[in-house]
Order: sequence, then C-alpha cells, then structure tokens
Amino acid sequence: MKERPIYLGETSFPKPQTNITQFGELVKSSLCSFFEWFGELGIFCGRLVRAALTPPYEGRELIRQIDEVGSKSLLLVSLAGAAIGVVLSLETSASLIRFGAESMLPSVIIISIIREMGPIITGLIVCGRVGAGIGAELGSMKVTEQIDAMEASAVNPYRILVATRVLACTLVLPLLTLAADFSGIVMGWVTNTISEPISLRLFLDTGFKNATFNDFLAPTIKTAVFGLIIGVIACFQGMRATGGTEGVGRAATNSVVLSSLFIILADVLLVRLILIFFP
Amino acid sequence: MEGNEAELAVVLQDLHKSFGRQTVLNGIDLKIARGETLAILGRSGTGKSVLLKLIIGLQKSDSGFIRVHGKEISGLSLEELNQIRKKVGFLFQEGALYDSLSIEDNVAFPLARNTRMSQAEQKDRVRQLLSSVGMEKDLGKMPSQISGGMKKRVGLARALALEPDILLFDEPTAGLDPITAGEIEDLIVRLREERKMTSIVVTHDLHGAKTISNRVALLHEGNILIEGTFDDLQKSEDPFVSQFLSQSS
Repeated sequence: MKERPIYLGETSFPKPQTNITQFGELVKSSLCSFFEWFGELGIFCGRLVRAALTPPYEGRELIRQIDEVGSKSLLLVSLAGAAIGVVLSLETSASLIRFGAESMLPSVIIISIIREMGPIITGLIVCGRVGAGIGAELGSMKVTEQIDAMEASAVNPYRILVATRVLACTLVLPLLTLAADFSGIVMGWVTNTISEPISLRLFLDTGFKNATFNDFLAPTIKTAVFGLIIGVIACFQGMRATGGTEGVGRAATNSVVLSSLFIILADVLLVRLILIFFP
Repeated sequence: MEGNEAELAVVLQDLHKSFGRQTVLNGIDLKIARGETLAILGRSGTGKSVLLKLIIGLQKSDSGFIRVHGKEISGLSLEELNQIRKKVGFLFQEGALYDSLSIEDNVAFPLARNTRMSQAEQKDRVRQLLSSVGMEKDLGKMPSQISGGMKKRVGLARALALEPDILLFDEPTAGLDPITAGEIEDLIVRLREERKMTSIVVTHDLHGAKTISNRVALLHEGNILIEGTFDDLQKSEDPFVSQFLSQSS
C-alpha cells in the first residue's frame, strides 16, 4: 500500500497515541513474535526429522561434525571439569570440617560431579563454543546465499548441514561429560590430597561406596538432551539469519543465549524425572 | 511474447509476491522461449532477484503460476522440485561459493550429490568445467583466495555442472571492473551460442543487457512495464523508460 504524500503546510507528526494503546501494541507484537518463533521451530524440526530419517545418509559429514564438536571441545570441557573439581573440594572441605564430616568429602565431590556439575558444566561449555560456532557458520552461509545455492543444486541443506550437526551434538555430549566427570574427580582428589594426603584408590572407594549406577547413567544420558537442544537451537537460529553481518552476529548470540536458557530449563525438568524414575 | 507451450522454457502468470506489507511483484506475466536470453532490467529493490528465486522455488509466490518446461512448480514435493532444479542452473550475485570447500570441491558438489559419477569422472568433469570458464589453474584454491570476478566464473562452472537447460543469472556483472564484466558477458553469449541454453539475466547494466540478451523486460513497481527488443525499449515514450535509459547510459 502506498503512503499518502504529505503536502506543504500539513503536519507530518503522527497522531498521538495513548500509553495504553502503545503498551497494547507492544504486547500484541511480542506475543505474535513469540508464537511465530515456536511455529517456525516446529516446522524446522519437522524438516530436520524428515531429512535425518530418509536416505541418503551423510556419514562422512557426520564424522566430520563429531570431530568438530567432540575433539575440539575435549580440552575445554576437561579444563572446566577440573576447575569444578578443585572448587568443589575447596568449598565443601571447609564446610564438612565444620560439621566434623570430612570423611564424606570424596562422596560429596564424586556424587556432585557425576550427578549434576559434570553434565551441566559440559552442556553450558559446549553451548558456548559449539552453539555460537554453528549459529555463526550457518548464519553466514544463509546471508551469503550459500544455503540457497545448495538448494538450487537440488541438495537438501537440512540433510547435510542441520541433521549432521544436531546428531553430532547429541552423540558427543555424553562422551564429553565423561571427560568432564573424570577430570573433575581427579582434580578433586588432587586438591584434597594437597591438604590431607589420601590415596586415589581410597578416595574412589570411599566416594563410590554411596553411589549407584543410576547416579551415573541417567545424568550422563541426560546430556544427550542438552546436545539435542544445542544442535537444534543453533542450527535454527543460523538457518533463519537475515541482514548481513549483523544478522550473523545476532544468530550466534541468540544461539548461545537461547540454548543456555533451554538447557537450564530442561535440566530442571530432567532432574525431576530422574528422581522419579531412578530414585 | 506469444508461443506454443512446448516451445516455452519458463512461463510466469499473474505472479504476486509480498514481504509483509511491501508488495514486490504485483501480477507478473512473462514467457521465455527455449534457447532465448531474456534480460530483466529494473531499479535496485524492484524484485528482480526475488523473481529468479521464485522460478527455482527458493521462495514461494503468494499467488500466480510458474511453469518450467511445462511443469507447474507450486505444489510440487521437494523431490519433484529437485528434479526441476537439476535442469536449472543459478549463478548467484556474489557467486555463493561454499567457504569451507576448495574451488574444485565447489564445482564437484552438485555432481557428487546428484550423479553416480566415479571420483575420477567427477575430477575430469570439474577440470573441463573450470577450463571452460578459464579457471583450471586455480582448482586447489579456497574461495577466500580469489577475486569477485573469479568467484562468478567458478559459480558459473558450478551452475553448469549438471548440464542444465535453463540458466538464471543474478546480476552477473555487478561490482566487476569493465574488463572482467566483459569477459563474463562473453561467457554468457558463448553459452547461448554453443549450448543453446535458455537464460534469464537479472541486471541493471544496460550495456550488458544489450550485449547478451535477445529480449529485455523492464520491471517497475511490481509489474513488467515494457517487454521487447532493446530497440523497442529505446523507442518507448514512457517517461520512466526514458529516465531509466538516460540515467543508465
């Protein structure tokens, strides 16, 4: 619709709106954007599932993505796990000594790490490194028409770009969590040993005495859901990027922010479910 | 342009496309014959590139019909649409080469995904394609290591990989120096003469349009304002056509 021209002598100021009208408009547009986002996400997930389940399968690209997400995050995740082990050991030893329960320290460190700290730290670290990378990479491909070029070549970008990345994130997160758990426990023992020498074997025996297999299995598998969230959100944000380099930056930022938020929300829900099904 | 349906490569009928409240195409009717090169002219932002993307199904029209080789493309499944896409090559404005792949792999990409060629056959075909655009010496380079004109040449080689019947060019000479632009124009003319391809070239370069096309169409305010030979365009008394010609020359 063409705008009516403004003639000389006629004011160009818009008709004043009341605060209530402006607020109503703002709420309406925010709600529309909110539902539109979820609607687009639903369509995106439908395309992703169809691309992932129908042949041809992109085995080589999947292995490349597993390397990209897994191998290149291993050091970072191990360092973060180690730092958490040190901090847990320092913080809890002081509290436990105060209550005369320092013998519980190995159990507290090991159970805290394998049940919650390892999985959530791995999720958030990978979200920062991989989520931003995927969002920026696909966003850049989108705004430079590389994804259009792929479609124009009769190749489904959901199969080659999205399904492989989502699957790689989902498969790799539990493995990275094992690395974070391992380094966290080892560094927890090292920190504890510096102040009060104890053998690694005794530390592990004492620590795992009160732990069950369910303490380890369910939280580790939980991280596959975190991986799924990171892959889906980052690919979705990248694939809907618009507006040049600014759009690429926005896609990367939104990938990290939204993935982190959804990981924390999913963690709340999954912890509750784990407590119900693996008491 | 009138023509038997079988002789027409692309038919656009009453095509509409809007983005939000902004109407971009407002009832486009256009027929492109097999073997013809049509240049679509118009100011920036008039929907020329959108028109190309609608033809290949990269965007969906709001209403109207698009027939490619007699097949209506709206309502096709992705698999059916991909069969059409294999017959249509697309040269994007900036080349749209895949950053993470070498020049050789960029050109091999459609072959690896859509044909049963062996690695050796793919390599031969890629060399042949790159040689046809004068890029055979650079096949190991990455897209970031070559110039804008070279990217367009590689993009053209990639667009030709599946031996399409129709080629769509989005601003093939935009942003290039006159010599490189001339080389790209020569390539397009050579393709028309050697392979008898149907081409649709979106451009605002009047000189280029005159060199490479049989027919031109001027897009203005969502409609085809004038359609015919370049001489028809020059003879037009429409004020916008006159302004467009005088400002462009």
